[in-house]
Amino acid sequence: MLKLEKRPQPSQLWIYLTPLIAVLATMAAGSVLFAFLGKDPVVAIRTIFWDPLFSEFAFYYRPQLLVKGAPLVLIAIGLSLGFRAGIWNIGAEGQYIIGALTGAGVGLAFYPLDAWFVFPLMVIAGALGGWAWAMIPALLKVRFGTNEILVSLMLVYVAEQLLASMSLGLMKNPEGRGFPGSRNLQHYESAHNAELITGTGMHWGVVAAFIAVITAYVLLNRHILGYHIRLTGQAPRAARFAGVVPARLVLFCLGTAGALAGLAGMFEVAGPAGQVSIDFNVGYGFTAIIVAFLGRLHPVGILLAGALLALTYIGGEIAQSQLGLPAAAIQLFQGMLLFFLLAIDVMTNYRLAWQRREVA
Amino acid sequence: MDFGSISPVLLLASLMVAATPLLLAATGELVVERSGVLNLGVEGMMITGAICGFATAVNTGSPLLGMAAAAGGGAALSLLFALLTQFALANQVASGLSLTLFGLGLSALMGQGYQGIKPPPFPELHIPILSDLPFVGGVLFSHDPMVYLGLLICAAIWAMLKYSRAGLILRAVGENHDAAHALGYNVVLIRICAIMFGGACAGLGGAYISLIRVPQWTEGMTAGIGWIALALVVFASWKPERVLLGAYLFGGVTVIQLNLQAAGVAIPVEYLAMSPYLITILVLVIMSADRSRAPGSLGRPFHASS
Repeated sequence: MLKLEKRPQPSQLWIYLTPLIAVLATMAAGSVLFAFLGKDPVVAIRTIFWDPLFSEFAFYYRPQLLVKGAPLVLIAIGLSLGFRAGIWNIGAEGQYIIGALTGAGVGLAFYPLDAWFVFPLMVIAGALGGWAWAMIPALLKVRFGTNEILVSLMLVYVAEQLLASMSLGLMKNPEGRGFPGSRNLQHYESAHNAELITGTGMHWGVVAAFIAVITAYVLLNRHILGYHIRLTGQAPRAARFAGVVPARLVLFCLGTAGALAGLAGMFEVAGPAGQVSIDFNVGYGFTAIIVAFLGRLHPVGILLAGALLALTYIGGEIAQSQLGLPAAAIQLFQGMLLFFLLAIDVMTNYRLAWQRREVA
Repeated sequence: MDFGSISPVLLLASLMVAATPLLLAATGELVVERSGVLNLGVEGMMITGAICGFATAVNTGSPLLGMAAAAGGGAALSLLFALLTQFALANQVASGLSLTLFGLGLSALMGQGYQGIKPPPFPELHIPILSDLPFVGGVLFSHDPMVYLGLLICAAIWAMLKYSRAGLILRAVGENHDAAHALGYNVVLIRICAIMFGGACAGLGGAYISLIRVPQWTEGMTAGIGWIALALVVFASWKPERVLLGAYLFGGVTVIQLNLQAAGVAIPVEYLAMSPYLITILVLVIMSADRSRAPGSLGRPFHASS
């Protein structure tokens, strides 16, 4: 009968093949889902994956790829460091919100001062805000051994309440005629995270995402710290004998992830979103988990995976307006992707082998 | 501010109602974790159960059928997790997360068109004599049957783990799966059963929220209760009797918080709404001093090489 047999070495071929097969399998399962919802599956898949890039109106959608992809990549790079070392920060959504709040807070505090240093200060504040929010689970884990998964996740709900409180109270636009939400930072020259080249979608967040990818690549491949992260993930005991201090690694991984998520939030609130509002966060922090795994926790992989997931967001919006496909269908689609990836990943470490039944 | 409007009978009675979804989900997850599997998908299974139960109850007019569908829905979703972790040997943390993401999307999709509908009411159980007792009757004996089912399941799990052979086997699998395998127990099968039980319980807990506690359907309505249930298992040191205590404690916090909101305390609503999550963190910090109680094989994948 068919049995799983452990490979002596993880298969290099399957490491690269798994994400591709997972994407194809998700497309297949997605087609079934779309057909079930009464939509033509071929049209739906084409609308999601082809139209944003190559259709008549692609000039409008292509910049969105950078706008939506940047926060995903930025957050996922941070998460991947921790995931590699077995440190599970799943509260990036909260760190993203807090980064946006602190970043926007600094910007709003300077309003209407016109000075070159406002935006850089906002960037620093955003990163610090996300970092501080991530330090809560990190310090609790280091000091008390508290589970960082649950604490970081609980803090997402706390951050959401804080966001609601801020957009209804402290940060509410005094000239907003009572509507919730802050001043629009897009109308405040010094704080606006504007497009660097008009019509490309390229803003400072995209630049930061590319820098993060390169830095993470160098860190993981050329730096002792990156080596320690990989070592801790693959052989925690050996890592301890080699002199790796787990506590320091926890602080570094969670802190970096928090700072990057905070940056993502700050660039979003100062640019594409424009203002602090109750429904500011759209789940990038959770989708980034899918991006990190789909990218195999590798910086370059994450870049590609981020682009793909951004595509599903954009294509999903097109499908929503043109085909009436519910937004939840896209959410489900993204969830399926992670499912298939994890399922097919078994082939990396195991192979199928025929084994005759024998007497034990 | 008007504290006089808070009646102690109603407060304690609604405490039991608020605690029930937590109790159900946490008891289910406790069984899963005692079998050595960490399923982080409780939130996803709860919300799926919530919509399965809601849709079935609305379409059939029977809340009991709704509850059954919720348990079935939760168990079906947990089967996906079982496939991933037991056959594909995937990382349990990642699989649980994907289950939650998947469940949130699935429930949102299934819930299209169910917003703003009122589900059929659940029959209140009227126990003769007991329900008419002053104070005690109002607090303890005038609830819907699900409150008692939750208590019953928790007690049954306590008795099973403590006194029965099945409980012993489940604990053996959770403490040391290699030893259990060597003794001839089918580790994978036992774990799949535990995972599905956990899924069914989480589904019931979710449907309790959508059918009885709220009762209506809104996207993402479980709002982290599944995650609090996970924290509750840690709080309870993997013991059913302490899950009960924990669930009532958290039920109490929720109810007091809601009552304070209604009474118009000077604290803004958002900060009151944060409190259950902050208290969960606080409890986790206090409880994590003693980690010795966690099942030995918790979260480790099992692959029988021979």
